[in-house]
Amino acid sequence: MENLNVSPAPHLTYEDTSKSIVSDVIIALIPLAVAGCLTFGWYSALVIATCVLTCVVLEFAWCKLMKMKSTIGDLSAVLTGLLLALSLPPKLPLWIAAIGGAVAIVVFKLLLGKIGFNIVNAVIAARIVLSVVFKNAMHTWTAPAGGMGKYVSSAASGEIDILAGATPLSETALEGGYYNSYKSLFMGQVPGCIGETFSLLIIIGFLYLLLRRVITPVIPVSMVGTVALLSFVFGQNPVYMMLSGGLMLAAVFIATDYKTRPIGALGQLIFGIGCGAITFVIRRFTPLPEGVAIAILVMNLLVPLINQITLPKPFGLQRAKRDEKA
Amino acid sequence: MPTEKEARRQKKFFGGISLTPHKNTAELQTVVMPSPQTVTVLMKQGQNALCAPCVKQGDAVFVGTKIGDNEELACPPVYSSVSGTVAGISLYTLPSGETVDAVIIESDGQMTPEQALAPVTVESAEDLIKAVRDAGLDVCLPATEGIDTLIVNAADGEPYVTSAYRRCIENAEEIVEGTLLIKKILGIKNALICVENDKQRVIDLLGRVITDKCDADNSIGLVRLGTKYPQTAEKLLIFASTGKKIPAGKDLTCVGCVCLNVTSVLELYKYVTTGMPTVSVTVTVDGNAVVTPKNVIVPIGTAIADVIEFCGGYKASVRKIICGGPMTGTAVPSDSAPILKQYNAVLAFDRKQTEKHVEADCIRCGRCASSCPMGLRPFEIEAALKKGKVKKLSALYTEYCIECGCCSYSCPSKRRLVEMMRMAKAELKSGREE
Repeated sequence: MENLNVSPAPHLTYEDTSKSIVSDVIIALIPLAVAGCLTFGWYSALVIATCVLTCVVLEFAWCKLMKMKSTIGDLSAVLTGLLLALSLPPKLPLWIAAIGGAVAIVVFKLLLGKIGFNIVNAVIAARIVLSVVFKNAMHTWTAPAGGMGKYVSSAASGEIDILAGATPLSETALEGGYYNSYKSLFMGQVPGCIGETFSLLIIIGFLYLLLRRVITPVIPVSMVGTVALLSFVFGQNPVYMMLSGGLMLAAVFIATDYKTRPIGALGQLIFGIGCGAITFVIRRFTPLPEGVAIAILVMNLLVPLINQITLPKPFGLQRAKRDEKA
Repeated sequence: MPTEKEARRQKKFFGGISLTPHKNTAELQTVVMPSPQTVTVLMKQGQNALCAPCVKQGDAVFVGTKIGDNEELACPPVYSSVSGTVAGISLYTLPSGETVDAVIIESDGQMTPEQALAPVTVESAEDLIKAVRDAGLDVCLPATEGIDTLIVNAADGEPYVTSAYRRCIENAEEIVEGTLLIKKILGIKNALICVENDKQRVIDLLGRVITDKCDADNSIGLVRLGTKYPQTAEKLLIFASTGKKIPAGKDLTCVGCVCLNVTSVLELYKYVTTGMPTVSVTVTVDGNAVVTPKNVIVPIGTAIADVIEFCGGYKASVRKIICGGPMTGTAVPSDSAPILKQYNAVLAFDRKQTEKHVEADCIRCGRCASSCPMGLRPFEIEAALKKGKVKKLSALYTEYCIECGCCSYSCPSKRRLVEMMRMAKAELKSGREE
């Protein structure tokens, strides 16, 4: 028997592939996408489809243009599009959604480093760009079609089911009575982005990713925990702060993005606490929207530094130092 | 039971991976393979040993006749594994590309042992070190100063491999006797035998034998190891049994330990009691392309094809043959390759098990870092290597890598990280020399 396969050791590999990991994240997001469409109407499905299509088509075109092997097979473009759509308002004009997808893929994923070497998370960066450029469209919220509709009609006087405001987190919205019920926060019956309101499904997705060992709990728990702790210290309602806005979605799916989070538990703890603290400071002490997004963006930029200072000592190093002194 | 009391709690190490054991051959009695028609005994068996042939074509040889030797202490001689006539001396190319002499012996099928062999008396440390060399073992016993612990590795760290397990079951008394002998002659205070904690049968058996053979002052401890790979790497073995850590670039003696595996202990004991040097190896023959997997005692130099023939032949079209375990073993290009002394397994796999994975870009998942038992970041070392940053390689502690293969195993992008680590280590070494 000649010509056998002679690859070097090890001859075993773990079953997970990059693609299976991305697929797992997409699977965890699908319930959120469906719930978003059910809650905010089927127009949201068009927003999701636009983002995903833009991302995939542009990545494919880019690879052809650069004469590279197409990388759309690894599904990461699908994931970028899906995550971006889930963090956009439900009634966003489709052309804005398409621009968002283009910015995420072309500028932040492909131009600023290819897969694996992004400086900042493409979804977060694209969302911030959109919210700066299309300020009004990005901050127009739709009330859920379900039981909360009546609150909206009464608050917005008449049959208009659209709320305009900086963010549904603003004080007026709070006084308007949308957040009186934890249950409605938990079950996605509040205005917000397509995928960020249904906290229960986000937690289920989180548990799924933990079970599949795609992520570790360090970043989501430390980020959300920090926000809750600071809310408590500064006299805010911690449960409301945890469940509202994009915090949960971002903590579970965006802050944990492999390319833009530190390696190792210690670095991830620093990262999570940093994200949580900046989120809280922006929400509580500044009039700025996009607290979570800015927090993650800032911490993304600090990742190389965090990685450097948390470089672990290898097995047996301390003894070597002692020997040198002796 | 005193040994139970001495069984220390093993110290867990960071990282590592859990592998499916596949110990299909664990409860099968080891069988002795009859003499093959010819054997090809290479003049390079271990890591360093390179011998010159001391027989010529037409010479009659017996089992245990010396056929190759050299001047150096660290390189033991090579012995004939069958009785018969030397058919010739030819050149053989190893998988590494190195070309070495090979003595081809035509067997007469009798397996007649060499007449001159006689038991050896070992009274001093020098005697023992000479006996180790003459037994054909390339383990280096240090000249005793400051050594306080003898560690005997009775674990099969890798999937499929059960040869050490079978030797523990079948030769428990010899293992204990051999350990006591080395301990006594070298004057080492502690002796520990390390067994994985899922091998209750070996733990019970060795415990019983130790109780029978030892007294309170002169005992052997049993260490229960975890089953996480690479628990049997020397550095981690010593950490598990003594809690001592060895820095990079230092050898075991700097923490006062000597490490032997059961095979070496058994071969040494056999040599001392009968005079017969190492002429055969126990290998686990397994893998999904082998008809009847089993543990076989094979004469050194037997072609792999003959060994697999003895195990019922190939089941399917074989695509890969691995000598050694699947994590660190060598894949051979052809099944005409001879069995070497250091092998503990021959594994044959079909196409399905050996699919080549396409390398994808690093996604920075960090699994290589979290599985590295040395606490390194292989993906950063790979990136630094590709950019040619030698200083960065040193800052990332590249030289600590033990090449266990955990990083390559756990990489979802199927990157060949161990190869990169090897290259990085070589790069660092050459950078230092300049």
